[in-house]
Amino acid sequence: MNGVHDMGGMDGLGAIAREENEPVFHTRWEARTFALVLASGAWGLWNIDASRHQRELIPGPDYLRMSYYEKWLAGLVELLVKSKLVTRAEIVSDRPERGTAIARPALLAGQVAALLDRGTPFTRTVEVPARFALGSRVRARNLHPTGHTRLPRYARGHTGVVTADHGVHVFPDSNAHFLGEQPQRLYCVRFAAAELWGDSADPRDSVSADLWEGYLDGA
Amino acid sequence: MGHDSGHGHDDDAAQYLPSEPALRVKALESLLVAKGLVDPAALDALIDAYAHRIGPRNGARVVARAWTNPAYKARLLRDATSAIRELGFGGRAGEHMRVVENTPSIHNLVVCTLCSCYPWPVLGLPPNWYKSAPYRSRAVIDPRGVLREFGLELEPGVEVRVWDSTAELRYLVVPERPAGTESLAEAELAKLVTRDAMIGVAR
Repeated sequence: MNGVHDMGGMDGLGAIAREENEPVFHTRWEARTFALVLASGAWGLWNIDASRHQRELIPGPDYLRMSYYEKWLAGLVELLVKSKLVTRAEIVSDRPERGTAIARPALLAGQVAALLDRGTPFTRTVEVPARFALGSRVRARNLHPTGHTRLPRYARGHTGVVTADHGVHVFPDSNAHFLGEQPQRLYCVRFAAAELWGDSADPRDSVSADLWEGYLDGA
Repeated sequence: MGHDSGHGHDDDAAQYLPSEPALRVKALESLLVAKGLVDPAALDALIDAYAHRIGPRNGARVVARAWTNPAYKARLLRDATSAIRELGFGGRAGEHMRVVENTPSIHNLVVCTLCSCYPWPVLGLPPNWYKSAPYRSRAVIDPRGVLREFGLELEPGVEVRVWDSTAELRYLVVPERPAGTESLAEAELAKLVTRDAMIGVAR
């Protein structure tokens, strides 16, 4: 979707605000939100792409206004409701509705280290022939899907060179919508900065993005 | 916040917008605990892992090893995920890693324009500026301006390579080893490696 989250190349979003000796979490609620998102994700009812897309669905003006962990909290509540783990009535009342308690096995403290260490690999072993070889010139397709995509707007329609073949990866555009993993070849594509941004860009510079085969045409 | 919390919406397009996050999170945690969905001790363990165990000191060890061990550096640049795992780091939000190396003529800069992808096992959780709209929007179109804002003026002739983390491949920059550090051991070198240098906004 062409949302405000797709920010690459936009102007007017302010100065970069740095904080010396920034703590990992600024407040207790940020830390609890972070942990709730990870603990809830461990049920496996949604995936990282669905989680990202849920945050992209936050209306643009709110997305720009909200802090990072407010967006995480907003996304989490929607995923909990969509997954029927909680109801909107429960979110309002903060109490379990009579008869709705679901006894999912909660993630236990003793499982946390192994969960983090394992992670969730996104490569798949299915044999998918590579359409593009290293050094191939490719054009990012002019796609404007209304759902989730990882093809940034600034790259669409532009030509670059394949500089790496990362093998076969889960396709976020389908996975985010629970339409299956549809694994595809993933390539690193290098775009000259001048190709993306015009003559004002430094001719030496480049921007590389990791792009799925379905995002690309030969050029 | 002065914003309606969105309570009472129940159509599919509804979007929950927390008005007072501190209160809302507390209430949500209580609800999930009451429903048996969350164990508060697991939340403590998750927070503890990123507050104390998983952070940029891990990445600094990887960089220092690369600086002192050419065979390790070669492995790191060829298969970063495995080479980083040799030091015991990997997993969540670093399942697939790529390492890029600064040289006197090449400077690398990492961003995630679409969200906030960052290599957690080696750098921990990202600082706010990395996740912010100003950095995400400008790093790709004006990397040299962004670097200047961070106090880094590149020599003329240096090529800037920006890496936009659009897939589940997380990037770590190996900065140049500082001059005059030939006598330092790996552990001492690791102390010189900053988080910002491993993102590429510092040297």
